[in-house]
Amino acid sequence: MTDKNAHPTLTGAEILWATLVGEGVTTVFGYPGGAILPAYDALRKFPIHHVLTRHEQGAAHMADGYARASGKVGVAIATSGPGATNLVTGIATAMLDSIPIVCITGQVSSKVLGSDAFQEIDITGITLPITKHNFVATRPEEIAPMIREAFQIAASGRPGPVLVDITKDAQQGTAIFDFENAAPAPYRPHPMLRTESAEMQRAIELMRGSKKPVILAGHGIILSAAEREVLAFAERYQIPVATTLLGLGAFPASHPLALGMMGMHGESWVNHAIQQADLLLAFGMRFDDRVTGNLASYAQNAKKIHIEIDPSEINKNVKVDVALIGDLKEVLNTMEPLINDKNYASDAGSRNTTTDWLREIRALKGDAAVRDIINLPDNGHLYAAHVINDIWQEAKAAGRLDKTIIATDVGQHQMWEAQYFKHENTRTLVTSGGLGTMGFALPAAIGAKMARPDCDVWCIAGDGGFQMTASELSTIQQEGIHVNVAVINNGFLGMVRQWQEAFYDKNYACSPILSPDFVKLAGAHGIPGAHVTERKEVTQTVTEARTAPTAFLINFSVEKEDGVYPMIAPGAALHEMVRRPNPLIETAEDE
Amino acid sequence: MLHTFVSLVDDKPGVLTRVASLFRRLNVNIVSLTVGESERDGVSRMTIVCEAPEHAADRIRASLYKLEITRDVDELGRAEAVIRELCLIKVAAGPTTPHGQHSRSQLFELANVFRARVVDLAPESIMLEMTGAASKIEGLLQVLRESKFEVLEVSRTGRMAMRRGRHTGRVLKALGTKTPDTAPVAFPERPDEDDLPNQFDEDEA
Repeated sequence: MTDKNAHPTLTGAEILWATLVGEGVTTVFGYPGGAILPAYDALRKFPIHHVLTRHEQGAAHMADGYARASGKVGVAIATSGPGATNLVTGIATAMLDSIPIVCITGQVSSKVLGSDAFQEIDITGITLPITKHNFVATRPEEIAPMIREAFQIAASGRPGPVLVDITKDAQQGTAIFDFENAAPAPYRPHPMLRTESAEMQRAIELMRGSKKPVILAGHGIILSAAEREVLAFAERYQIPVATTLLGLGAFPASHPLALGMMGMHGESWVNHAIQQADLLLAFGMRFDDRVTGNLASYAQNAKKIHIEIDPSEINKNVKVDVALIGDLKEVLNTMEPLINDKNYASDAGSRNTTTDWLREIRALKGDAAVRDIINLPDNGHLYAAHVINDIWQEAKAAGRLDKTIIATDVGQHQMWEAQYFKHENTRTLVTSGGLGTMGFALPAAIGAKMARPDCDVWCIAGDGGFQMTASELSTIQQEGIHVNVAVINNGFLGMVRQWQEAFYDKNYACSPILSPDFVKLAGAHGIPGAHVTERKEVTQTVTEARTAPTAFLINFSVEKEDGVYPMIAPGAALHEMVRRPNPLIETAEDE
Repeated sequence: MLHTFVSLVDDKPGVLTRVASLFRRLNVNIVSLTVGESERDGVSRMTIVCEAPEHAADRIRASLYKLEITRDVDELGRAEAVIRELCLIKVAAGPTTPHGQHSRSQLFELANVFRARVVDLAPESIMLEMTGAASKIEGLLQVLRESKFEVLEVSRTGRMAMRRGRHTGRVLKALGTKTPDTAPVAFPERPDEDDLPNQFDEDEA
C-alpha cells in the first residue's frame, strides 16, 4: 500500500486536485484567497479549468447550475473566513433543492485553529444545518479520503451539498497519494425496498382500485434519472401527470397526459384535478407548502402513495397511505411487473380505465384559454408572459427545445417562466425552488453553460434579482461564453408588490426599485444588449440574442403592475384560487 | 409524549453537535441524552429521550438516520426494553439536621428499601447511589423530601435503554453481525406491540 513508486508523495494541495481529477472533475468555480493559496499554487499542474467568479456566492450557484444541467457533481472553491461565509447562500440553495455540490474552503493552519486568527471562521459549524455533511481536514493524508467521501455523499441517496474545510498546513504538508485506497465504504441505501412488502401490496391494490389517479411528478424523477420509467408508467396506465416546479422537464409538457405545474401558481385544472383525484402517486416530491395549499383540505378524497428516497419526508406534511422508500427508478421497475401480476395482492376486479377521468380533466380546462394573456391580440402592452412565450417559440422554431436551458431566480418571472415556457426535456430548467434565492439565475446560467456548452442558455431574471449578482457579467466576459440574459424589468420587486397588492392593501413599501440602464451595464462589460418595450420587437431581438456570437442582454420593460395568476393565497385550499382576471373585460374597463 | 431513541453513531469529534443540532432544528426538547461506548470499536451509543408529539417519532428517527455519522437508529416506542438511570444523591446527615443523631440510620433504612447504596459517608452528609427506572429514583427523592431530609445535591445520568431479548439482534444486524433472522428492516416500521407496558407509562403516571 505504501509502495512509493506506485503511489507518489504529493503536497496536500496536489492531492486535492489529483483527487478531483480522479473524481472526473474538469471544471471548478472559485475565488482565491490567503488560506487556499497553496491549493491555487498547485492548480495549473492539473487538467482542471477554473472559473474565476466575482463573488463566492456566484461560485456556489455556478457549481449548482453546473450540477443541475449536467447531473454531475459541481465544485466550488473559496478561501477561509469571508470567502467561506459568502458561499453560505449558495450552499443553502443546493441543500433545499437536493443538488450535489462539493464546496472546498481553505482554513487557517491547524496550529491556530480556534484562536480567532485572521480570516478564521468556524465554517463547518456555520454550514452544519445546510450541508448533507461536512469535513475538516487538518492533515494532508486526510484530504483524498475526505474529498472522495464528499463526492459519494453529495451524489448518493438524496443528493445535497457537502463542504470540505482544509487547513493551510494540510495543503502544504505532504502525504502519499493513493486514489484507489482513499475510496469510501460503498454507499449503503438504508431502507431497502422489498418487493414482498405489505406496503407494495397495498400500493398495487390502491392502483387497481383507482378511477381518478394523478401522478405528482417531482424533482426526484430527474435526480433518479427515471424520466423514461415515469413516461412509460403514465402511458401504460393512462394517468395524467401534474408537475412540481422542480419537476418541470421531467415529463414532456406537450404530452397529452401532461397537466402542467401544480400549486400556488399552477393552472386551475391542474389543482382541481388534484383536489378531485381518488389516488395521488407522488413520485419524488415532498408536498411542499407551495404545492399543497391548506393541508387540511388538500386532496381529501385521494389515497396517497408516496415514492421517495428520503424516509424523513414521509408523513412530514401530508399523511400518506402508502410509502415506498427507495430510488424512484428502482421502485417503478420493481412495481411494474407486479401490477400486471394477477396473482399478486388482491385483485379488485379488472383495472378501471381512466378515459372518463381524462375527459373530465379536459373539461376542467374550461375558460382558462380565453383568460390566457397569450391568446390576446396585441393591445400595446408588453406582458412578461409574451416575452417568455416568445423565447420558447424561438427555441421551438429553431428545433432546439432539447438544447435550451433556462435559469431563473425567484419571483414573478420565475412563475411566468414555469407557466409559459413549455419544458419538453429533462434538465432544461435551472431554478431556485426550495430556498427561493434571488440572484441565483445569472451565476447558475453560467454554470449550466459551462456544463453544456452545446446548449443555448438563457438567464431570465427580474430587475431586482439580477442586480444582486450582476457582477457575474464580468465572469461571462472573462470566460468568453455565450449566455443570454433576459431581464424582466417592471420597476418593482414584482412578487413582493403582488403580495402587497393582494394582502397589504397596496401598500407598496420598498418594492419599487430603481435600476441602472441594463443595456449600458452590459455594454460596460463588453456585452451587447437591446432594450425592448413593444411586443412586436420581442421575437426578432430574441432571435438576435440566440444567434449572436457572444453573450447578449435584453432589457424587457414590461407591464409594471402585472400579476401572476392563478394564485392561491397562503392558507387557502388548493382549489380556492384567484383566477386570472379576464383581460378582455379589464381592458374594456380601462378604456 | 416521551420518545426514546437509541442511536449508534461514529465516535468522532462533532458528532454530538450534529445530533443535538437536529433536535434544535426540529424544535424538539431533549429530556435526556446519554452517550458512551458501545460493543463495537469506533461506535458510540446514544440514548435520547425527548418530548414530542406522538406522530413525530417516525420523522425524528428518519432524520437521525439521515445524518452521515449515524449507523443505526432504533425507536423503542412501546416495545419491551430495559430502561435505567443512575442517580447520585447527597443528603445532609449530621447532628444538626432535623432528624439529628437518628438521621443516618433512617437513611440506611430508606436506602435498603429502595435498593440504593451508600457510597460516601461524611460527618455532615451521606451520598446515595441508585440505579433504576426514573420512577424509582423520583420515588426516593420524594420520600427524602417529604421526610424533611435536606437534599444537597442530585446528579442523574439520564436514561439508558436496551431492548429485551431477541430485539437486540436488529441492532446487531444493522452493524453487520450475522443473525439467524435476516429479514431487512423496512420503513415506516411500527415497533412491535408488546403486552408489557412501556417503562415510561409507569414513569408518567
